[in-house]
Amino acid sequence: MKLLKSLGLATALTLATGGVMAESHSEDPLKVGFIYVGPIGDFGWSYQHEQGRLAVEEEFGDAVETTYIESVPEGDSERVIRRMAQDGTDLIFTTSFGYMTPTLRVAEQFPDTMFEHATGYQRADNVSTYSGRFYEGRTVQGILAGHMTESNVIGYIASFPIPEVIRGINASYLAAKSVNPDVEFKIVWVSTWFDPAKEADAANALIEQGADVIMQHTDSTAPMTIAEATWDGLEQGETGIYAFGQASDMMEFGPNARLSSIIDNWAPYYIERVQAAMDGTWESADAWHGIDQGTTTIGAFNENIPEDVAAEATAAMEAIAAGELHPFTGPINKQDGSVWLEEGETADDGTLLGMNFYVEGIEGAIPN
Amino acid sequence: MMDVIGLSADLSLVTALSYLLSVLLPTMIIAATPLVLASTGELVVEKSGVLNLGVEGMMIMGAVVGFIVAVESGTPVAGFVVAALAGALLALIFGFLTQVLLSNQVATGLALTLFGLGLAALMGQTYTGIRPPQTTRLDIPEVSNFPILGDMLFSYDWIVYFALALVGAVWWFLNHTRPGLVLRAVGENHDAAHALGYRVITIRLAAIAFGGACAGMGGAYLSLVRVPNWSEGMTAGIGWIALAIVVFASWKPGRVIIGAWLFGGVTILQINIQAANLNILAIAAIVLALVTVVMIAFNLRTKSRQGWIRVAFLGALALLGWAMALTWPDFRLDSAYLSMTPYLTTIVVLVAISGDRTRAALNAPASLGRVFHASN
Repeated sequence: MKLLKSLGLATALTLATGGVMAESHSEDPLKVGFIYVGPIGDFGWSYQHEQGRLAVEEEFGDAVETTYIESVPEGDSERVIRRMAQDGTDLIFTTSFGYMTPTLRVAEQFPDTMFEHATGYQRADNVSTYSGRFYEGRTVQGILAGHMTESNVIGYIASFPIPEVIRGINASYLAAKSVNPDVEFKIVWVSTWFDPAKEADAANALIEQGADVIMQHTDSTAPMTIAEATWDGLEQGETGIYAFGQASDMMEFGPNARLSSIIDNWAPYYIERVQAAMDGTWESADAWHGIDQGTTTIGAFNENIPEDVAAEATAAMEAIAAGELHPFTGPINKQDGSVWLEEGETADDGTLLGMNFYVEGIEGAIPN
Repeated sequence: MMDVIGLSADLSLVTALSYLLSVLLPTMIIAATPLVLASTGELVVEKSGVLNLGVEGMMIMGAVVGFIVAVESGTPVAGFVVAALAGALLALIFGFLTQVLLSNQVATGLALTLFGLGLAALMGQTYTGIRPPQTTRLDIPEVSNFPILGDMLFSYDWIVYFALALVGAVWWFLNHTRPGLVLRAVGENHDAAHALGYRVITIRLAAIAFGGACAGMGGAYLSLVRVPNWSEGMTAGIGWIALAIVVFASWKPGRVIIGAWLFGGVTILQINIQAANLNILAIAAIVLALVTVVMIAFNLRTKSRQGWIRVAFLGALALLGWAMALTWPDFRLDSAYLSMTPYLTTIVVLVAISGDRTRAALNAPASLGRVFHASN
């Protein structure tokens, strides 16, 4: 059945290429391709990359010809990336962690094609990496969550145990703990980026276990929807479950439940790189920007957040942007109690990019 | 609190049992409902000798159409009914192509999935971020509030009961009615059925439409009850699992329920053992103990010797599980292993039933997937 599934999806992709946006008016437009792990309508991760693509189209008009393929499973991505390269695409953005090895393999066969892999750590002469410092946004969320929880239980829906996700959990926990020493994290790994039903089940299970603030590192709006449903029929002054918009603002999915959000704003980076490719100045590099350059944008705060809490979160946000505050500043111990960062020491990017441990105080084990 | 069964250090025996029966079990049953519906529909289709791989497409079509109709009309029931119609309509496109134009069933089924996913995305574009009206739950004041049993048996929305009743009806139809016999005959040997004067194509079209209607309702259950919102691609592969369940059930309606509960249940277990920090060994022991009790009750009637051997075996397993749970109270299964379980089980079942020499043991309809034309 697994085979059938990939077969089905594979065929889906082949057909999906039919939906490419092709507008070639000028002589020789730069062909830019995007590969997404979810549907562009997920209103989360893939949706935001699609917004970046649209911004590129807007910026360069006829000078570019962009294509995209959505819902590409990570396990089947090599074929899809190769096909895009064969079609003569000049610059290809592969936008999920699991596309790393496939991207490098295809890049080796197409030395003249430029590749950009999101959230990965392996580069080549024609493969750049880029990501956002979303953990900075997690720090802001952690402060809000730590203050807003009344049960002191925060539920966290995690996707896959990769450094990006573990970083987010650690940053949120440290921030929540710093404002609320009694806070406890319950973490559920769902082994998927996008499965609304499973994410909804996870949110329900966490609420059942006493969580009153839900954080997510998956791509669908289902957890927000579940949180919003708890606000139905409440009396004046009562509160339901809170949640955060992930990757996208998700305001319309949780007008009451949504505390804030992390918005991935890829447009500036995509425009910059397309420009570089046009000018012939494109080089393999690694870009990792955060709140400072707006790659990590913090969405508006919920009206229920008290003014002092909002001020505290805003101050943290501004301090991070100004480079005065690093979310991982010692003293921080690892889960097993060993020292990770000494007093005043900040984490280096290498450790952050390969993060595979929980910090002290988080319970449970990271799955393999 | 005393940890008698090693389920979780935070729970006493009573709270643990009540958690299992009044929280975990109902959640599993809800998660399994779309699978029960879609698999039962596909089972009937396959019993008539047609392999429709478009379940995913029909489900997502039902999800979006059901959602739109429920939102616009304000009544979830209307959503489910129209979702069933939409599923059936989409299925009939498949039916027309494969039965009248004799196209390849596998390719057409895959195409149907792609078509459904695309069309649903298009139709649902303006319906993101909207909440559907709530589907009513059974609420009999005296009964539904009864501790544990109330949650276990009497607290679901009507679709859950409908799905189970549907499985019973399909079982009865296939095994105890004349039209059911005819449908099976068409699936086993369409040439012979044709020679006897049965309208092979009409019967198959009816089965295909029924399968589509069931898949459509299953899809609507996702967007109206389980999530509940509309998002593109929200079926996320559940249609393929429904197909796997039909094989797992070896084309027997009763086993569809077991398969759906297993496949749906494993997902729920995977999530809940993490959220509630549970010991899977203890859960296994409890499930085995419950099955043993049911089998004892069953055996008291039939009094077969083999039955008692089975009871003894299961009981011993339950005790072993309990002992292991107490020995390793901190045992936590990596969630990745649990995700694999349904697929592993399907493979094991397939190997086990195909081990029999005769193809009949596999129980697959003999004409499954074969093209029929009256001139052959």
